[in-house]
Amino acid sequence: MGALTSYRLRLQRKRWHLRARRKSRELTSVIDRTDKIKPGDILVFSTFRNEDIRLPYFLKYYRDLGADHFIMIDNMSEDDGADFVANQPDVSLWRANGSYRRSRFGVDWLNHLQRKYADGHWTLVVDPDEFFVYPFCDTRPIRALTDWLDASDIRSFGAMLLDMYPKGRMDAVPYQRGQNPMEIATWFDSGNYTISKNHLYYNLWIQGGPRARMFFRDEPWRAPALNKTPLIKWDRRYAYVSSTHMVLPRGLNLVYDEWGGEKASGILLHAKFLDTFGEKAKEELSRNEHYANSHEYRAYAQGIADHPDLWCKWSEKYINWRQLEILGLMSKGNWA
Amino acid sequence: MSVGVVMLVHTALHRAEQVIRHWSAAGCPVVIHVDKNVGRKTYDEFVASLSDLDDVIFSKRHRCEWGTWGIVAASQSASALMLKKFPAVRHVYLASGSCLPLRPIGDLKDYLAKRPRTDFIESATTADVPWTQGGLDFERFTLRFPFSWRKQRFLFDRYVELQRRLKMHRRLPDGIIPHMGSQWWCLTRQTLSAILEDPERSVYDTYFKRVWIPDESYFQTLVRLYSQNIESRSLTLSKFDYQGKPHIFYDDHLQLLRRSDCFVARKIWPHADQLYDHFLNEENPLKGAEPNPGKIDRIFSKAVERRTRGRAGLFMQSRLPRPGHENGFTSAPYSVFEGFTELFEDFEPWLARMTGTRVHGHLYATDRVHFEGNQTTFSGALCDNAKLRDHHAQLFLINLIWNTRGERQCFQFGPTDTQFASWDLAKDPNAQISVISGAWAIPLFQSNRNFSDIRANAAELQRIESEHISALRSSHAKARVRVWTLADFIETPMEALQTVLDEMGAKNLRRVTEAPKMADLTGFGQFLQNLKNQGMHPYLMGDFPADNAPAPARPTRRKPYLVR
Repeated sequence: MGALTSYRLRLQRKRWHLRARRKSRELTSVIDRTDKIKPGDILVFSTFRNEDIRLPYFLKYYRDLGADHFIMIDNMSEDDGADFVANQPDVSLWRANGSYRRSRFGVDWLNHLQRKYADGHWTLVVDPDEFFVYPFCDTRPIRALTDWLDASDIRSFGAMLLDMYPKGRMDAVPYQRGQNPMEIATWFDSGNYTISKNHLYYNLWIQGGPRARMFFRDEPWRAPALNKTPLIKWDRRYAYVSSTHMVLPRGLNLVYDEWGGEKASGILLHAKFLDTFGEKAKEELSRNEHYANSHEYRAYAQGIADHPDLWCKWSEKYINWRQLEILGLMSKGNWA
Repeated sequence: MSVGVVMLVHTALHRAEQVIRHWSAAGCPVVIHVDKNVGRKTYDEFVASLSDLDDVIFSKRHRCEWGTWGIVAASQSASALMLKKFPAVRHVYLASGSCLPLRPIGDLKDYLAKRPRTDFIESATTADVPWTQGGLDFERFTLRFPFSWRKQRFLFDRYVELQRRLKMHRRLPDGIIPHMGSQWWCLTRQTLSAILEDPERSVYDTYFKRVWIPDESYFQTLVRLYSQNIESRSLTLSKFDYQGKPHIFYDDHLQLLRRSDCFVARKIWPHADQLYDHFLNEENPLKGAEPNPGKIDRIFSKAVERRTRGRAGLFMQSRLPRPGHENGFTSAPYSVFEGFTELFEDFEPWLARMTGTRVHGHLYATDRVHFEGNQTTFSGALCDNAKLRDHHAQLFLINLIWNTRGERQCFQFGPTDTQFASWDLAKDPNAQISVISGAWAIPLFQSNRNFSDIRANAAELQRIESEHISALRSSHAKARVRVWTLADFIETPMEALQTVLDEMGAKNLRRVTEAPKMADLTGFGQFLQNLKNQGMHPYLMGDFPADNAPAPARPTRRKPYLVR
């Protein structure tokens, strides 16, 4: 039975690869600097649309962590984000003229580019509103982490999505281009997450946080998944299945310990809930290009109209990774 | 020229070069062994880069793969070369390319000069010390290991299994008692040359070539044959994690390393610029102190414990223990009260006053979560929504107890609540569960409803509670459980309450003087009789006389009498 399932998943993986190749026809190279990628470089992959305001800080954040090259996909932005990104010396940019939803929310495009350029590299797949935090990230660059993972024979590193939000109305403080979004969205939920295991793909399914608390009270099973495996030593045989929540081969999803111990893990600070969010939710709703018929965005649009304050008196104010470690949201594992 | 360094190098050659220059500048000759896996060109460049140093020479290269003989062969040929080329050397220090001297080399020289006949090598018998992971300790010496552990793991494991099953053994050479220890040693010329020039050496070498991880046992075993004075510890600070891989030092360990007073540390991350800058350039003002790696030990052993045992009661993205492997289902003790709020009118505030703990209402109520003070959210931003809670009722409890570490939680539970967590409560050793069985009948008794509804409801509640109690009494139950029937409880309520509070171990708890107010039970016996008459037999509350209310309509306040 196990062998049969493995084989089925193998076929499924091949299918995703084929699909990625088919969808790659929607990609046109805007600027290709991939010849600058050296062996062992750490790559960041990202898809964006109308994120001009966020991109400068996004690039700065990951450069400071020690990322070497960015491979970005612009999904028909109407602002100046693409121009800005194209002028950066460490970015290669593609333009995707296709439906975000029908490329399975960018996964097909990313799978294609990763297969082509990321083989043998540590790759970080993040959205422009996700900021990767790992143990000792204030004192050690990301290469220290990947070297340690290499030395420990670990191929993938999990990082849960942690929704950050401001206190008060989301539109109270406008976000400035280049600003650290965590200066505004400082708060998070520290301990209301639920976890269950996917027995086919082995990944965890984590839900909860302010989105479940505010927008999915009546249908908690519909709340968005927060588990992610964004950092993987990529091999051209790998394929993301659903965003970065699941990846094949499924062994890569085993970023947790089942025998009582803690594996090392990180956090993706999710600075989605800024003043830009209301606009975005409306736009995405009309485009209908998001997961499960934009159910999520519909819930937001509704929720935002009702009560835009995600903050409650038990919200926790973000300080640093050590705080997240103590709260039990991430772990150092045996990295010391 | 009392100390010579044998250095095994395979990566980060520029760092090795820095350290070699440091040793050499302090007057220590260095013999370098470069792994044969390093390409010819890189090797030549490396040799050229060090050609200006006279007392730095390169030895014959061997292919070094982790866990194989190559590393021993490398140490042998390099040490032999060292002894031959530098006759003044008294101590030979084995180091790797990622070792970093933490104290001035002069300190090390003085230290060794004062102990001219001492061999520093960690060497423990396998019989007494559980040294390794994965069950291979003594078997390292008695089985054969022709397959690579890294590259042919499957064959490696199968072949070990096969040998175990067939009870295959290798014979140890005469006179050898297996010892193991850290591979980084510092030996005297006398001992080292005795090992290298032993007439029996070929026998030993043949034997150890098939031992697993011989670099941790070859010198450690043979040194026992020749040394006059073994100090069984390594001068190199080197810590291993639970898989036998060395821990790595980074820039943020600078202060720890400074204070450790160790001579040499490994393994240093090649990009740890601050560490290299600091220790290679600045004089470390340490004088004569013995190495004291205690603090570093603690940090690393805590890390290993976190990886292997984890934090009790934490369920998170990288820790999802299977049932039975939680090492503590919840993180702290808590108390569950069943039937108390039904019997006493002001039980919750009373309990909070008496114990100073956090007292919630029915957390698993069907309408919503009754947090203390009816808050809509609680610690960790838990939400009072019943659907969200029931989405994962177990984790709701685990989260609640985790979020409130350091403060004892009490909550009410009963057959009117959702029962998803019933078994989890019963199985959790941290739960202290006190039950007044049958107390759910009191609200029914007080209610203004049609008797047929009450009867149906009572039958349902009785079924649920009896199921719950059988969970509490099953052989899987690990909670501290106390069950009274309602009739028993109201006989001596104060004593029962006192027992519960004593068990909670509340600090500064004097005798309970003030009683919670009990509900008026006049006519309750008749109510139960009516249920019986309707064919619904209420058995969980014990024996109530049918005629009148039992005596303690007002709580008994017994004074303690002392008989002298």
